[in-house]
Amino acid sequence: MDATILGLLLLDGVQNGVVYGLLALAMVLVFAVTRVILVPIGELMMFAPLSFVWLQGGKLPGTLWLALALGALWALLERGRGRGLPLAGGAGLLLLFLLARGNPALAYLAALLLVVYLGVATYRVFFQPMREATVLALLIMAVGLHVAYQGLGLVFFGPEQYRPDPLLQGEATVGLTWQGVLVLAFALLSAAALYLFFRRSLFGKALLAAAENRLGARLCGIRPEEAGMVAFAIAGLMAALSGLLLAPLINAAYFMGFMLGLKAFVAAILGGLVSYPVAFLGAVLVGLFESFTSFYASAYKEALVFLLLVPALFYQSLRAKGVEE
Amino acid sequence: MKRWWAVLLVLALSAWAQGTLKVGVVVSATGPAASLGIPERNTFPLIQEMVDRQGGVAGRKVEFVILDDASDTTQAVRNTRRLVEEGAVAIVGTATTPASLGMIPVVAEAKVPMISLAAGKEIIHPVDAQRFWVFKTPQTEELMARAIVADMAARGVKTVGYIGFNDAYGEGWARFFEAELKAKGLQLVASERYNRTDTSVTGQALRIITRRPDAVLIGASGTPAVLPQRTLKERGYRGLIYQTHGVANPDFLRVGGRDVEGTLLPAGPILVAEQLPSTFPSKRVALDYIQRYEAKYGIGSYSTFGAHAWDAWLILKPALERALKRADPARDLAAFRAALRDELEATRGVVATQGVFTFTKEDHLGLRFEDAAVMVRVENGRWKLERVFR
Repeated sequence: MDATILGLLLLDGVQNGVVYGLLALAMVLVFAVTRVILVPIGELMMFAPLSFVWLQGGKLPGTLWLALALGALWALLERGRGRGLPLAGGAGLLLLFLLARGNPALAYLAALLLVVYLGVATYRVFFQPMREATVLALLIMAVGLHVAYQGLGLVFFGPEQYRPDPLLQGEATVGLTWQGVLVLAFALLSAAALYLFFRRSLFGKALLAAAENRLGARLCGIRPEEAGMVAFAIAGLMAALSGLLLAPLINAAYFMGFMLGLKAFVAAILGGLVSYPVAFLGAVLVGLFESFTSFYASAYKEALVFLLLVPALFYQSLRAKGVEE
Repeated sequence: MKRWWAVLLVLALSAWAQGTLKVGVVVSATGPAASLGIPERNTFPLIQEMVDRQGGVAGRKVEFVILDDASDTTQAVRNTRRLVEEGAVAIVGTATTPASLGMIPVVAEAKVPMISLAAGKEIIHPVDAQRFWVFKTPQTEELMARAIVADMAARGVKTVGYIGFNDAYGEGWARFFEAELKAKGLQLVASERYNRTDTSVTGQALRIITRRPDAVLIGASGTPAVLPQRTLKERGYRGLIYQTHGVANPDFLRVGGRDVEGTLLPAGPILVAEQLPSTFPSKRVALDYIQRYEAKYGIGSYSTFGAHAWDAWLILKPALERALKRADPARDLAAFRAALRDELEATRGVVATQGVFTFTKEDHLGLRFEDAAVMVRVENGRWKLERVFR
């Protein structure tokens, strides 16, 4: 192995790693606030670029009807003035989609907002009614949603891949496109933003408080339901943006979310599902590990990557004091 | 008096029903294999129309009972059992290799001949007590690998790299390809794997490039086959790039775009039917099928997969005619099914859309790669005939 190859592998590893990192950040965020392990994050991510491709082609994607249906359920669950948000959001979304057909800029925005709306509706309809349940019950719900959303993705978009045009054309250096630079920049920016949000802003601290102690937070005037919705909205936004930025590099298809989500999960576990910087570093580590194993032993790559979980879980279980439930 | 009429009606109906030949069809019209199964299902109405216009087979009506297996092995087996019980004289289907393998014990136990529409060689090889009843129409990986290696040898390729799916498809190709390379004296210098869902294959591509092969084969199907090719090109690979016939669909060209220009791949001759030389045996049959399919479903709607179902009927029809001379399905269904199997095995030189079928006791595929495969090149986003082997 010479220096060029080493450099290219490192670059490839970091590029993949930050993508896992983005999803891992969203996972840690959602887990911290709601105790939900957001397995369907990969599917939320997949919906964005595929909806965008559909809109660009002048068609209304099936995800729109899914979002509106969940929005309607959300509205039914709310009382009085609480119905304003889902109804107004749904109507706005429908209008935006009708306007965005064939208009790339509006379609980008529409796909983004669709996933955010869908993320919040998912929380309100599926997770909030069972917010007192155990982590395990929430995880089972999340896995179920992952399977359902992936299946719906296949129904909406078919089995083949699509490749939207990149925002930026061309290569920055050998092995790194400008679009890749964009993804890197976005990842670092959102990692920093999340860090600041939870450490510096009152609202971020309120979210964390709601996660720590629901009753205590309520006594301080924080609504845990609202906190959950905000967490899902942020996760949806991050998933949608990374999906839209990544799709030109890796081709979007209904199955793209699962593996990305799973590897993000490995990274999030490396960070103990609590620490943003460690989860992000863990994600880059997973990416690098993957890049080098695909060079040396490509047939065993996935097995080796998931083997990383074993020492991480072992370490976590040694470190953990007491039992959570 | 009324009662007599009823008895007469029942007799007449059963006589009519006895005259009908029931052919059981299992297709994957939904699920992951739907892109194969839907054109196959669409082909049967075409066959039905043709048969009805010709007044049936040897004066008997033919009825196709079509069941969907949802790309699921269990469902395919259940469908097969139901079709056998309903008195089907033969079973046609299904699109995937695992499901077809699952159907074999059922048809073997019931002693019903079956024509599979899946690629795997293990469906018809070796012809043992169970596979005695099984035939198939699509080309095997082995056949296509032979075409690729023949093309490589003709171009003076000495060293070859391989990157394929880390699943049954990629492994099957790796096995047959390697054996074929060895037979022709070419050297395999790198053999890498990746997953359909992978988002990066830089590591594998670099590995291959460091070994400097003259040509690389990508053992993948559909749009996920684009990624290794694009990565190889981006990393500066300048040799020949081959794909398998698993990419012969418009989606591959749509996603691949400029990155897949110049790709070489083996394909069933129907993919480039109108470009075939007029001496090519299957040209006329293939054009006829395409014309019928497009007349019903629209220009450009046909795919090579539906043609496998058409071929199954082209083989089945003469066998049915001959078997009807030997046994009467209304009187002795078991004897008729056995006779039909023997007559299927006696198929000689049936010119179909994908080649010329000649079955023997040991060979239930019956295709030679010279007739059943051509080399195609991607040029300006279209399939262009590159080489015929005959």
